[in-house]
Formats: sequence, C-alpha cells, structure tokens
Amino acid sequence: MSEVIKIKRGVDIKLVGEADKEFAPVTSVETVAIKPDDFHGARFKLVVKEGDEVKAGSTLMYNKDDEAVKLTAPVSGEIAQVVRGAKRRILEIRILADKEVVYEDFGKADPVSLDRDAIVEKMATSGCFAFFKQRPYNVVAQTSKTPKAIFISGFDSAPLAPDMSLLLDGNEKEFQAGIDALAQLTDGKVHLGLNADAPSGRVLSSVKGVQINKYSGPHPAGLVGVQIAQIDPINKGETVWTITPEHVVIIGRLFLTGTFDARINIAVTGAEVLDRKYHSTVIGAAVKPFIKENVSDKKNRIITGNVLTGTKIEEDGYLSFYERQVTVIEEGIEPEMFGWLIPKPDKFSISRALPSFFQRQVANLTNQEVVYELDTNQHGEERAFVVSGQYEEVFPFDIYPVQLIKAIMTNDIELMENLGIYEVVEEDFALCEVVCTSKIEVQKHVRQGLDLMKQELG
Amino acid sequence: MKAIHDFLEANIKPNFEKGAKYEKLWPVFDGFYTFLFVPGHTTPAKGAHIRDGIDLKRTMNTVIMALVPCLLFGMWNVGYHHYNALGIDASFVDQFIFGAIKVIPMVIVSYGVGLGLEFLFCVIKGHQIEEGYLVSGMLIPLIMPVDIPLWMVAISVAFAVVIGKEVFGGTGMNIFNPALLARAFAFFAYPTYMSGDKVWINTSVQEGQAVVDGWSGATVLGELATTGTTQYSAFDAFLGLIPGSIGETSTLLILLGAGLLIFTGIGSWRIMLSAVIGGAVMGLIFNAFAGYAISPEQQAFMAVPFWQQLIFGGFAFGVVFMATDPVSGSQTEMGKYYYGFFIGFFAIMIRVFNPAYPEGIMLAILFMNTMAPLIDHYVIQANIKKRQKRLALKTAGA
Repeated sequence: MSEVIKIKRGVDIKLVGEADKEFAPVTSVETVAIKPDDFHGARFKLVVKEGDEVKAGSTLMYNKDDEAVKLTAPVSGEIAQVVRGAKRRILEIRILADKEVVYEDFGKADPVSLDRDAIVEKMATSGCFAFFKQRPYNVVAQTSKTPKAIFISGFDSAPLAPDMSLLLDGNEKEFQAGIDALAQLTDGKVHLGLNADAPSGRVLSSVKGVQINKYSGPHPAGLVGVQIAQIDPINKGETVWTITPEHVVIIGRLFLTGTFDARINIAVTGAEVLDRKYHSTVIGAAVKPFIKENVSDKKNRIITGNVLTGTKIEEDGYLSFYERQVTVIEEGIEPEMFGWLIPKPDKFSISRALPSFFQRQVANLTNQEVVYELDTNQHGEERAFVVSGQYEEVFPFDIYPVQLIKAIMTNDIELMENLGIYEVVEEDFALCEVVCTSKIEVQKHVRQGLDLMKQELG
Repeated sequence: MKAIHDFLEANIKPNFEKGAKYEKLWPVFDGFYTFLFVPGHTTPAKGAHIRDGIDLKRTMNTVIMALVPCLLFGMWNVGYHHYNALGIDASFVDQFIFGAIKVIPMVIVSYGVGLGLEFLFCVIKGHQIEEGYLVSGMLIPLIMPVDIPLWMVAISVAFAVVIGKEVFGGTGMNIFNPALLARAFAFFAYPTYMSGDKVWINTSVQEGQAVVDGWSGATVLGELATTGTTQYSAFDAFLGLIPGSIGETSTLLILLGAGLLIFTGIGSWRIMLSAVIGGAVMGLIFNAFAGYAISPEQQAFMAVPFWQQLIFGGFAFGVVFMATDPVSGSQTEMGKYYYGFFIGFFAIMIRVFNPAYPEGIMLAILFMNTMAPLIDHYVIQANIKKRQKRLALKTAGA
C-alpha cells in the first residue's frame, strides 16, 4: 500500500556489543527514579516528600505551566530520597519499590467512546501525557494544543539499537488500544514509520487505524524527525507530537486496565557488557542490576540511551524516562602518540582520509560488515568550522545544517526560523556531531537554539 | 611512547599550568603536546559519545602530503633552470641541491614567521593553537618566485597572518585565503620583485660563470603577453619544465595532488571541475574572438588554444590548492559550482587583459573569496523561499 521512502544521506555505525535477541531472567526492580531533567522545558512542582508511600500512578510532581500534566510513580513503594542539586533543583526522586506493585485505579475505558478532553485528562492525571514530545522545540507536549499529526517511529536505526519487536513483545492488544487513544488526540493522522529493510514484528505490522510509512536506508532513517520531514514537514505555527511505540503500549494498558503500568523492555548493549540481553523492567529503573558484575573491568562509561544521544550516568544511576537501552563503552582517556598522523584502522570515519571508509567499501563488496569497537575519545579538539560539506552527507533534511548552527551561535532568531529550526531537534544532528572535523558540540547548540526560540516566541 | 608522555605530564606540563611560572605560554605547550599526542579528551556527558577519527590536523596534513610532489619538483626545477640559464651541464642531484638550498630557507622563513605569529596571538588571546597555518605555511613559498628576498617572504607572511587571519579571529574565520593574501601583498608592495623577466629563474653567478647570450627568463605567460609566442611547448608546460613560481609549474604533479585531495574528499571536486570548465569557456571565447584584438601580440595570446591556457602559469595550482580552501570559498555544495566556474573564467580573462601582469588566478580567487558569501546567500535564499512557499501553500489551503 505504501511506497518505500528512501533515505540516502546518513551512515550506519556498526558497533561491537549488540544485545542477543533473548530476554534475561526477570529480576525484581528495587529502586526507580524520576529525573525532572529528562523533561526539557518543563518546570515541575513536587507534591510528595521523603517517606511518603505511593502507588504506581500516584502523582509525584506536576507541571507548573500546564498543571494537568503529572509525573507519576512507575512503581509503588516509599519515596526514599529527593536528590537536589545546586539552588535546590530537584535531580532525582528515588522510590524504593514494593515487592508487589500496587496500582492507582484510573478506571478502564474504551478510547473510541471517549471524547478528546476525557482522553487527555485521563492521560494527564495518570502520567501518560508526559510520553508525548512536542515539536517544535522538543519539549513535553502541552494539553492546550492540538497537534496536526502524531508521529511514531516503529524502528530504531541508531548504533546498537534494540529490536523493536522484542521491546514490544506480546503487547498487540495494548498497542492497538494506545493507537486508538492517540487517534482521538489529533485532527490529522497518526503516522507509524516502519523499516522497509527488516521485519517489523507482529505488534507493529498488525496494527490498524494508523498511516503506515516505510523507510529504507541508513541511520537516521529511524529517527522520527527524519520521517516527519519526509511526510509532513513542520511549518511555522504548526505542532506535531511524537511518541515511541513502547509508550503507546503503556497508554494502551491505561485504557485496558485502568492502571499506569510502566513496565518496559530494554536492551543492555555495548562492547564492555559481558552478557548482553534484553531485560524486562520499568521506566526509571536503577541500572545497577543489569550491569553489576556484568561489565569488563576497564574504565567504562555507562550511558542511558544510545551512543549518539544518550546521557552518561554513574553505576548507581537510573534509566532516563524516554530511553530504551543502556550502553556501556570504554572511556577513551589514553593519549595516542601522533594519533592524527598514523592512519589506524580501528577508528570509525566517514572521511576518506582515514582507512575506515575503504574498509567499509571493501567489506561491502564481499557482503561483510566492519564492526567497530569505539571508545569515548574525541579524536581531536574543538575548532572553528573549517571543513564544509561534511554535515550534509549525514543529514537527510532539506536544511542547511552548518548555516543553521551558525545562526544559532549568533542568536539570529529570524534566520533560525528561515533556515528551518522548527523542523529539527537535537537528535537529528547527532550524526553531524559525530562526523564533525572541528569537534563542535552540535546537539548542545541545537538545544540552545530551540530554547532561545521557545523563550522568545513561546 | 608512554614514557615520553609520562615525562611530559610529570616534568614539563606543571610549568605551564595555571598559577605556574609559564602559565601564559600554555597555548604553546598545548600546541606541541597535541601535535605529539591526540589527547585523552573524552566526549561530553550528554550528546554523541563516539566521534569520527578525523580531526583538523589530519585534514591539513593530507593537503600537505598532496603538496609534497610539487615542492620536490619545484626544488629541482629551480636548479634546472638556473644551470640552463648559465649554460652549465649539471647533474640531476646538483640541480636538486641548488634548488633545495634556495627553497628550503623560504619554507623555514614561512613557517617560522607564520607559526611564531600564530603562537604569539594565541598566547595573547589565551586560545589554543589551531592548525590552519600548517597548509598556508607550505603554500606561501610554493607560490613565490625563487628570487624573492627572504625578508619579503617574512613581511608577506606577517601581513597574511595578522591582517588576513588573526584580525578576523584566526583559523576558520578569515575571509581571504591567507596564502594568496601573502602573494598579493608581495605583488603590490614589491612589484619589481614579483614581475618582469628576472625573478623567476635564479641567475646568481659565481666567478667564471655567465648567463648565456640571448637567454630569456620570462615565464610562458610573460612571453605570450609581450610577443604572442613562447619558446616552451605545451608538453614542457604540462611536465613543468618552465619558469614560474616554485610550486606552480608542473601540471602533472598538481594533478597528482588533485587526485589525492579528491580521493580523500578533502578538496572539493566541484570547485576544481567547475573552475576548469570556467577557464576553458573563457579560453574558447578568446579563441573565437582572437581576430578582433587590437595588437597582433594580443591576437596571438587570445588565440592560444584554450586547453593550453589551463596548463600555463598558476592556473592549475590555484584551482587545486587555493580555490578549494573551504574557509574562504563557497560553503554550500551548490554554491561551489558557481564559485569555481567564475574563478576559472576570471582567471583566464584577467591573465589576457591585464596589461601590468600576465597572470590572473591570484586576483580571480581573491575576488571570488569576496563573492563567496554572496553566492552562498543566494543559494540559501532559495532554500528559505521554498520553506516560505510551503507555509504559504499550507495557510492558503487551510
């Protein structure tokens, strides 16, 4: 029915450390944490205190600017600690989980029979509304807005990405119920992007009531922003919401069972993990059980998320709200003598000035793959923009990336708007950041640009 | 390797750290340290955790490698013409050694003065030392005539680095190609040393030696401009056996360098290709209208087959190594076609019509450096218009 959309510009970075396609034995979740920093652009008010008992779905905080929107507890238990940083800013709300999860009851309902307001209300009070991210600006969606469309990417193309069919394993009914609810929230369509190059799994391919679009090509084909740009680019004044399939499942459970059941599957990946598997856990779970005695004894970096967009955490850290994987790679702290001069083959590069490109070409001819074991070394220091034409090779948008970044650096709001800042978020620039010769922190700049636009234009 | 690193860390680095005696010279230490070692700097906690292996040092180094054949050939060519002018039969090695003795001091002066000033500015501003001058420092001697005094090289370099680059904010910020700016400065400040028939070949004589009778030191283009003919064949020009600036003569070796730059993707093939087309188009126009020129010399110059225009003078060198400078050139892929085309077009035009100096590539590139932002502006405007049109359609439909 749908034509395959080919994404040409981009690159797949194959890394050592993909998770085996099987689940690890279930371990009970002991602690979870909600981190307000995961919800960029929202200011939250805390309503619980240390020692309070909460159920799964009990409100922990609400959004000061959109009071209906709550952040709720993913498990039942006791508020163990509210970790604060500078200026008493809340960093983490840690919950000590009960053995048996007790759920708040929000009432079962058939989303098709409810009107939009009732659905929004139900999602907002249960904590599900925070799953929606709003473009422009990549912030938590506002209940006052009606998006022109909702986009879901049904596959992840980032390095070491988990397999969506395992993440959604066995949740057909829930996913369908979630999609039915989503359909009520927008005047337009709900778009689901599927991978044309690989099977999508039963859950995604059996769903009804969505517009399915298929994409083929290298990363970032799986990024929802790339898919939006292909189907229905965001113009000035328009709003689009995005959500991940795992979270659609949780929304589905809300309507099917009346509970905020935040169970998700994640993948534990990365070259330094010894036993790489999928795990059943909940949103915000502590990562320690997955990596304890399960990583090499090198100096490692633990990342919640993938290597392109994730956040570094400590060993006793927690999954970020929107993330679906934990990645552990080596820290690249070893200085390398004449590293810029000696063309060692173990470095990834899209530049033909290093052997990496040719390795991949040769491997392509013989139908093999070059798999890299990369560390976190920056391979050089930050410089001004010098090389041109480099970002364009991995940036499949009809946007001039370098010019947009320069507009952001100079705080030129009108130019940012003209160059298409409404259409992009940080993650869309992740590959630009990887390939940048000048080692510019592109994603950070994009975030600053989005913040400035939001502040100036709302 | 580890030992050297530990020694630097333990014994040298502390002297340059904050609060230490040579704190102000930190950029100098850092410059040398990062030359020796790619530091163990890791990516920030949020964002991309892995990075491409390429950096600016490697990029610049690739350009230098592409220049090496031209440099070596240039040294030999200097000696070859010197002994030819004196009518002396010299061996290949003698010719090369003579040239090396002339050229290497220019390279040393260029790097010494240029890097010295870069270091000075970095120390004053507290910036890291950037790699831009590694290429400029090699390019400058290659585009100078061999007989230019070293102090002129030094002053030209100083002008290029300070006025051409540092005042704009250093590497990546300059609007003109620094190496060409050095050449332009020398050209306009010391015209007698930079043009005419005497500067391209070294004719210093020792006792008992003399320049052969009837010898001319003019370049191919010099001869063409004044007489309409040249003593050199197109094949000589292609191989590089002609007088000229040190590195510019051998089209063959420049093509070799171009091959490396295109192969590695570091030089833009778009600019090179469209510049060659631009030059060829102008050459063809001249060929077609040669009969209308006023003087017979000019008629002959315009009648030079268009493809020969591309191998004479500095055209090839300029197109491959100067026009492709990503900082001063056009930065949009579309703009690069226009940018390159006009460089080629104007280079041949200026070369034929300029009465003062029969070469145009330098002025053509500097002129197009000025125009590059304008080209980019129009290319980007097209993208902006498309976006506005989409919005207008949407609002009209709603």
